[in-house]
Amino acid sequence: MHVSISVNGEQVSREIEPRQLLVHFIRETPDLTGTHWGCDTSNCGACVVLMDGEPVKSCTILAAMCEGHEIRTVESLEVDGRLDPVQMGFHEQHALQCGFCTPGMLMTARALLDENPDPTDQEIRTAISGAICRCTGYKNIVSAVRWAAEYEAAAKQEV
Amino acid sequence: MQTPASFEYERATSVEGAIASLSRLGSEARIIAGGHSLLPMMKLRLANPEHLIDINDLTELSYIREQGDEVSIGALTRHVELLKSELLARHFPLFRDAENVIADPVVRNRGTIGGSLCQADAAEDLSAVCSAVKAKAVIRGAGGERVVGMEDFHVGPYMTAVGEGEMLTEVRIPLRPGGGSAHEKVERRAGDWAIAAASAAVWIEGGTIADAGVALSAVGLTTIHLSRAEELLRGNAPSDELFAQAGEIASADCSPRADGRGPIDYKRHLAGVLTTRALRRAAARALHQEA
Repeated sequence: MHVSISVNGEQVSREIEPRQLLVHFIRETPDLTGTHWGCDTSNCGACVVLMDGEPVKSCTILAAMCEGHEIRTVESLEVDGRLDPVQMGFHEQHALQCGFCTPGMLMTARALLDENPDPTDQEIRTAISGAICRCTGYKNIVSAVRWAAEYEAAAKQEV
Repeated sequence: MQTPASFEYERATSVEGAIASLSRLGSEARIIAGGHSLLPMMKLRLANPEHLIDINDLTELSYIREQGDEVSIGALTRHVELLKSELLARHFPLFRDAENVIADPVVRNRGTIGGSLCQADAAEDLSAVCSAVKAKAVIRGAGGERVVGMEDFHVGPYMTAVGEGEMLTEVRIPLRPGGGSAHEKVERRAGDWAIAAASAAVWIEGGTIADAGVALSAVGLTTIHLSRAEELLRGNAPSDELFAQAGEIASADCSPRADGRGPIDYKRHLAGVLTTRALRRAAARALHQEA
């Protein structure tokens, strides 16, 4: 079947089998391998992308179901060479080691801050409870999301 | 790589169209909504539908509203919407109790109440929640609608009253005075399936429990309707002793299996404790005495 999906603002059109999962549709698009494909069972959260602004696990959604929807991947965070505040926060707070969970963590964090610009540590922990990190012990990830929240609050005040 | 076996895909543009497709394609067709139960089953070849009918565009099935003396919930309503609904939190707070611990927030953005009920996994929370509040399932087919209670909706493990050529379209919950409800769950870690969970609802009139609903998740082959506990509660004044007795019935009337989540004795004990706690909290809410 033919599908046409908006990925990071660009229309990606391709012939696919109906059974193709969104994560593979994205990763088979040139320059879009940032989304990671992990457990394949909607447990680990490495494959999280935004669908119409909401975080979803792309291993458990068919690409065919996404036609007509806006998909955003980790590649969309950096704009004109400038990192998104959540990316800066992960850098500042050393919130990754191996980096495998990071794309999903970043997109989950981005969606959280879009909805709740000033989350508590507990709210951050709840938001990322569907994402598994085997390196950091989560503490630095929580700090990174708080860092991004504070950075964005400060940036808003300056404007 | 886990990928489902091949199938044909179509997107429904109306409920009537989805039902017509289901009728035409027979037992080889399945409806897909959130897909967070069906796609994992398909990856494991536990489900092998030849046709998937995607109902995600049928926004007319996504609502939570109060109509007369009942609350109706459209089958396509997602977990996140059930969690955030102030209407549900006011009338049936056990939904928010359960939704806070169903899977994780990202999964809750996709999964639906209709999908959860139709999956009919014994460990799934909303089946027990709907049983406790005496919900009714509205099932639509080419010939029209029929309404079945949750006792008749649960036919067996992963089996429901929804037949070939039919789909679940709505869940209706009667509004009655003096009601309170709660859901209690123990899981090994965030987002895991329950080791055991208990849903309870009580309707208290003049200091007496006029009616009660109690159901258990994850401690049997299907959602367990605790009708013996409900009979015990009816006509009695709410008390810790009464709720402890209901807990004993829960321990006796469940049928857990030993697995990685624990041995049988532990699960029976847990089912009893959670039933007692859920009843205590449901009664406190009915009497507006929740701490």
